[in-house]
Amino acid sequence: MIVTPSSIVDAAAALKQGAGTVLIRGSGSKQDWGGKPPSPDLTIDTTGLTGIVEHEPGDLVAVVGAGTPLSTLQAALADKGQQLALDSPHPDATIGGIVATNVSGPRRLRYGTARDLLIGITIVRADGIVARAGGKVVKNVAGYDLGKLFVGSYGTLGLIAECAFRLHPLPAALIQEREVLGLAEAIDFATRARRSPRAPIAIELDWRDDLEVCVTYDGVPAWDLPGGAWLFKLTCALSRLEEVLRGARDAAQRHGIPLHLKGSLGVGVLYGGAPEATPEFVRDLRAVTQTVVLTAPRHDGIDLWGPTPGLELMRRVKAQFDPEARLAPGRFVGGI
Amino acid sequence: MIELLAKRLRGVLSPEQIITDRQELRTYECDGLAQYKATPGLVVFPHTTAQCAAVVRACAEFGLPFVARGSGTGLSGGALPHAQGVLIVTSQMRSILALSIEDERAVAQPGVINLDLTRAAQPHGYHYAPDPSSQQICSIGGNVAENSGGAHCLKYGFTTNHVTGLEIVTPEGEVMELGGYAPDPPGYDLIGAFVGSEGTLGIATAVTVRLTRTAESVRTVLAAFHGTDDAGAATSAIIAAGIIPAAIEMMDALAIEAAEAAVHCGYPSGAGAVLIVELDGAQSTVDSGFVRVAELLRHHGAFEVRVAADDAERALIWKGRKSAFAAVGRISPDYLVQDGVIPRTALPGVLRRIAALSQEHGVRVANVFHAGDGNLHPLVLFDAAQEGAAERAATVSGAILDLCVEQGGSITGEHGVGVDKSAYLPRMFTADDLDTMQLLRCAFDPAGIANPGKVFPTPRMCGEARRR
Repeated sequence: MIVTPSSIVDAAAALKQGAGTVLIRGSGSKQDWGGKPPSPDLTIDTTGLTGIVEHEPGDLVAVVGAGTPLSTLQAALADKGQQLALDSPHPDATIGGIVATNVSGPRRLRYGTARDLLIGITIVRADGIVARAGGKVVKNVAGYDLGKLFVGSYGTLGLIAECAFRLHPLPAALIQEREVLGLAEAIDFATRARRSPRAPIAIELDWRDDLEVCVTYDGVPAWDLPGGAWLFKLTCALSRLEEVLRGARDAAQRHGIPLHLKGSLGVGVLYGGAPEATPEFVRDLRAVTQTVVLTAPRHDGIDLWGPTPGLELMRRVKAQFDPEARLAPGRFVGGI
Repeated sequence: MIELLAKRLRGVLSPEQIITDRQELRTYECDGLAQYKATPGLVVFPHTTAQCAAVVRACAEFGLPFVARGSGTGLSGGALPHAQGVLIVTSQMRSILALSIEDERAVAQPGVINLDLTRAAQPHGYHYAPDPSSQQICSIGGNVAENSGGAHCLKYGFTTNHVTGLEIVTPEGEVMELGGYAPDPPGYDLIGAFVGSEGTLGIATAVTVRLTRTAESVRTVLAAFHGTDDAGAATSAIIAAGIIPAAIEMMDALAIEAAEAAVHCGYPSGAGAVLIVELDGAQSTVDSGFVRVAELLRHHGAFEVRVAADDAERALIWKGRKSAFAAVGRISPDYLVQDGVIPRTALPGVLRRIAALSQEHGVRVANVFHAGDGNLHPLVLFDAAQEGAAERAATVSGAILDLCVEQGGSITGEHGVGVDKSAYLPRMFTADDLDTMQLLRCAFDPAGIANPGKVFPTPRMCGEARRR
C-alpha cells in the first residue's frame, strides 16, 4: 500500500495506524541506494509534505517541508539572492531524501554537507509520535542535536517531515580553472588550490580517460555523479588521495572494469561509477580505502556498507527509535 | 559505596590521581557558574583512555554517577559534580596526539587547551576555528561536550562542524572509535549526536578536529552608533548585502561603560552602541567587502568608523568585547550572564523589550552579543546585598529567555543547558520532543549514570514501553 500524506498529522497517522514494514520515499531518485529492504507493507510517499513554511531573507534561514523538491526551493531562494548550498545529482530530489542520504557534491568543500546546514528538524517516529529538535536559529545548543542523527539515516529511524536550514548568499558568476593532468600533478594542483588564499568553493576531479581537475573559485559548479549501474563512494584522508585514486584505478584494471572516478580533492570524497563489478572488486577497493557501495544491480552477498565502527551502538540507537524494526529493515549498515 | 569505589580505583590509579579529602574535594564544588555547588564524592584525574575507561566501568558496576570536567569554565553548571558520584577531571590528558597539516587534522586529548591547538597549527598557516571567549583556558573535551561556539562561528561554524573523529568512553566503560581523518564514516552520525550532549552520553578521550586555513587578510572595524536600533539595522544591512563577515559583535552603552572601566579600550565616547565587524579572506575580497561594509555602517548612522591599522589596534578593539563579562563586575557587585538566541531580524524589537523589562523591574541590563547570529548575552546586574534584588534579576533573566523562545529562538546559543536551564527546556520543546531526544540517551546510557540531572528536567526510564 502507498499513502501520500499531505500534512505531518497525516504522516503521523499513517505510521501509527499502519502495520508491518514501512518504506519512506520522496521523489524516489535514490530508492536503490543502500540495501534493498524486502517489499514493504506500507510505502509512505512524502511528496505531499511540500512548501516553504518560512523564509525570512534577513535571517538567512528557511523552513521547508521535506517533500519539497530541492529545485523548487532553490528557485524561490534565488529570487532573494540566496541559496541552500547543497548539491544533488537529481534535480527532482526532495529535501527529505537529500537529508536522509546525506548526498553531497562539489560545494561541500566550502559549505559542508546537510549535517552542517540543517539547523532544525521535525520527524515522525515509527510509533507515530511527532518530535522536533534544533530550531530556526543557526546558533543553538538546547537539547540533543537529533538532526545530525537523522542526516544520512536512510529512513531507518523515522520520517523526516520538515527541515530548517542555514542559507548562504548566492555567489557571483562562475569562475573556474580546469587542467588536464597526470595523477601526481593533479594532486599537486589540487593541494595548491586548497591552500590558496582564494579559498575555492570546490576542487573536483573527473577521471575517465583523461584526468581533469576543475577548481571553482566563485559561482555554482555543475555536477553529476559518474554513470553506471554500480556506484561507489570512497572516502579517505587528504594525504592519501593519490594513493587511493591509483589503487582504485589499478584494481579496476585488474578486474577489467571501466571505472569512472569523480569527486572532491578538497575533502577526500570520491564517487566511482561502473557498468559491471564483482564482490572481488569491492573487496579490492576496500583494501585501498573505506568504500560504500551506494547502488548495485545485484548484491551477490556483498556487504554494501562495509565495516562500520560503532555498529553495536548504532543498533542500540535503532532499537530505541524503531524497536519493532519496521522502517526499511535491511537497508542500512549491518543490516539495520 | 563511594569508599568501596575509591578502594577499587586505587588499584588502577596512583595516589595523586585520586582526591578523597573533604577539604580538597570542595575545590571542585562548582564550574564557571558558581551559584550551583555540590561537593563531589570523589575526584579522579585519569592520564590515559584506559584509566578513564576503568573509572567509568567501576562507576557502572557500582551504579554510581560520574561527571566529566575539563577546565571547569562552563557557564551552565554542566560540570556540577554529583555528591554521591565521581568527578572525572580530564585536565591531565593534555597531549596533542597528532598534527597532520597534509590532512588538515589534529588529534587532541580532552584536556588540551583550545588555543594550544591553534598555536600548534599556526606556524603552518592553519588554526582551529571555534574560538570561545575562554579559549585561553577552556579544554577541547569541554568544547565537545558543549558544542562551543565563539565570535567567529558566524562564518566558520561551531565545534560540531570541526570534529571528524572521536574516541569515547561509553557510560558502560567501553572504548569506542568513531570517524577519524576521512569524512563520512558509514552509519549513523554518532559524532554529531555526541558533540553538544553535555557529558550525558559518555566522555570523549581523543578528539580529531579539522584545521582551517588561516585567511590571507583580516580587517577589523569598530563603528560607533547613537543607539542599538541603528547598530542592529547596520548588521542586517551587511548580511542582506551578501557579505558574511568572520564576526559581527555588538555592545550597548552599559556594556561599553563597563569595558571602559575595566580595560580602558578607548571606544568612541558618547556611543549608545558599538559594532565590531571583522572580515577575512583573500586580500582582494576583503578589501572590496570592507569598502562596502564601511559604507553600510555610515549609511545606518555610524558617527565614527575606526579601522584597525595593525594587529595591536585589532587586539585593542577586541579587548573591550572579550573582557565584557568580567568587566561588568566593575559596575555591579553581582550579575547573571544570559545566553539566548533570536532570529537576527528580531534584534531591534527584542532589545526594546529587554529595555522595557529592565525598567519595569528596576534591574539594569548590559547587552553584549554576537549580533551576526542573533546570540544575545544580556548581563543582568544586581546587588545580592539588597533584599529581593537577586530574585528580581532572576525574573528579568527568565523573561528574556521567554522572549527568545517567543521569537522562535533558543534558550541557549553556546553556554549549554546544564543544570541552569534544564527547567527552561520545556518552554522550547514539547514532552514528545524531549522524550525523543532521550531515546538517544537510553541507547548510550541505559543506566543513566553519565552526568545525571543535567539537560533534561525529567529523566526518561529507559525500559518503559514506548507505544502509546
